[in-house]
Amino acid sequence: MADPLVQARGLTKRFDEFVAVDAVDFDIAKGEAFGFLGPNGAGKTSTMKMITTVSPITEGKLTVFGLDPGTEGRQIRQRLGVVPQEDNLDLELTVAENLYVYGRYHDMHRADIKARIVDLLEFAQLTDRADSPVEPLSGGMKRRLTIARALINDPDLVILDEPTTGLDPQARHLLWDRLYRLKREGATLIITTHYMDEAEQLCDRLVVMDKGKIVAEGSPRQLIAQYAPREVVELRFQEELMDAMTTRLDWLEGSTEFLADRVIVYTDDAEATQHQLTERDIHPVQVLVRRSSLEDVFLKLTGRRLID
Amino acid sequence: MTSLARSWRWVESEAIGYRRVWRGTVISSFVNPVLFLSAMGLGLGTLVDSSTNDLSVPYLSFVATGLLAATAMQTSAGEGAFPVMAGIKWRKGFHGAITTPLSPTDIVRGMMIWGSIRLTFVLTVFAVISVAFGALDLVPALLAVPPAVLTGLAFQATVTAYTVTRENEISLSTLFRFGIIPLFLFSGTFFPISQLPEPLQIVAYLTPLFHGVELVRKVALPAADASIVTALPMWVNVVYLGAMAAAGIVLGSRWLDRRLKP
Repeated sequence: MADPLVQARGLTKRFDEFVAVDAVDFDIAKGEAFGFLGPNGAGKTSTMKMITTVSPITEGKLTVFGLDPGTEGRQIRQRLGVVPQEDNLDLELTVAENLYVYGRYHDMHRADIKARIVDLLEFAQLTDRADSPVEPLSGGMKRRLTIARALINDPDLVILDEPTTGLDPQARHLLWDRLYRLKREGATLIITTHYMDEAEQLCDRLVVMDKGKIVAEGSPRQLIAQYAPREVVELRFQEELMDAMTTRLDWLEGSTEFLADRVIVYTDDAEATQHQLTERDIHPVQVLVRRSSLEDVFLKLTGRRLID
Repeated sequence: MTSLARSWRWVESEAIGYRRVWRGTVISSFVNPVLFLSAMGLGLGTLVDSSTNDLSVPYLSFVATGLLAATAMQTSAGEGAFPVMAGIKWRKGFHGAITTPLSPTDIVRGMMIWGSIRLTFVLTVFAVISVAFGALDLVPALLAVPPAVLTGLAFQATVTAYTVTRENEISLSTLFRFGIIPLFLFSGTFFPISQLPEPLQIVAYLTPLFHGVELVRKVALPAADASIVTALPMWVNVVYLGAMAAAGIVLGSRWLDRRLKP
């Protein structure tokens, strides 16, 4: 990739013995929406913190805009917009003031900031709340304000750490719509998420992280094609039959997962699979056929274990 | 942008937030000295002055100067504790600010500048009320404000350095219970430390508030003699407090950097 905006080679972050990020390589190009997908504790946030220069790298090489985060952090941050995982808005300030002070931190002129605030409030659909305090805003509004705040300096790179976690569906969709618009205007975005639909919606390219390592890389389509067959058949049986199914279904080709309440069959031809079941006189209570999604890739790569 | 300019950006944001809460804080800056000077100066003072008083000034003047320094300590210790813990843990404002060109050091310095501005106001009000009570003359009272602000800065800086290494508010109340309140009571605010048993006098000489109280008295009470202040030259008090402020700022910045950028 010619002149990547962000480049990591063998990038590692250790906290004492714990390896949070384990020798990862990636390149992020200008104008791209790049995703870091992974379960909690995969190392996504640690990677974001190194890119935003607020966590020193332990080993390896990292450049942002061709600059070194260790020694040129301030020049990097001048051109960044950062949306943290947890909102850290100033609750003592109004909506517009929250934008204003960040403009000042970025050394912008007062008049420029005021003009920019008008645009950003409109973008975040908060124009009528400009002078209201932050405290009573809904979660979605606070999130949009945090995003608007990250855009005050017209950044070359916007970093969003789990932008929609904890929001209700309406708020998520509105936020996606805003991020989409940002992307269309040519912004470079880095997004971490554990929502597959979010990654599919927003990311041109993504890496899947697990236990500090990158386990897969590609566009959402490529990853689905590579790691999950085209279709997924979910079979439900009476509870008492579930145990027997492990042996009764061992003839199935491709990969099969036995969960507590259902069997998941990955297949290139769902119709054929269903036909084979009928031939062998296996009659599930319920059959659900769907296209495989990034979620299947994700679960396949990072497993179904619960991580807290 | 220079480091000082960045610190001023922080001051600016504090000032914008302050516009919404200033009424309450201004009222308490007036009410506190009136309450303290009435109770300690007029009430207790009448009793002290009517008995054999070895002090060369009225008790009201003695305690007003002590309280000026002690108020600086209390106000500033609070500034070094709660807003700092809020920035790190409760509201996490510091975490956001350091993703802009501001650094933890800029934030610490900005907080010190802002704290000193606020404190100058609070202590000027205190000094003027002391004059109204007849405790001090106007000019020496106003001249005593900068030494009291230095006392406050020394406390704000060191309490900030302490707070950035702490995990929760329990350690903050511990600091006030076992640090600030004992200093308030035993650093010569209410009685000359010559009244203490000898070993404790030595301890008192080493405490920061003692140096603040001494410095304020030397400036605000030109008539002060050995019954009020020690023979320690003023520069010793200034160097002590200045070194404490500098150490607090340097260590506070370094430790905040470590805390925010793990």
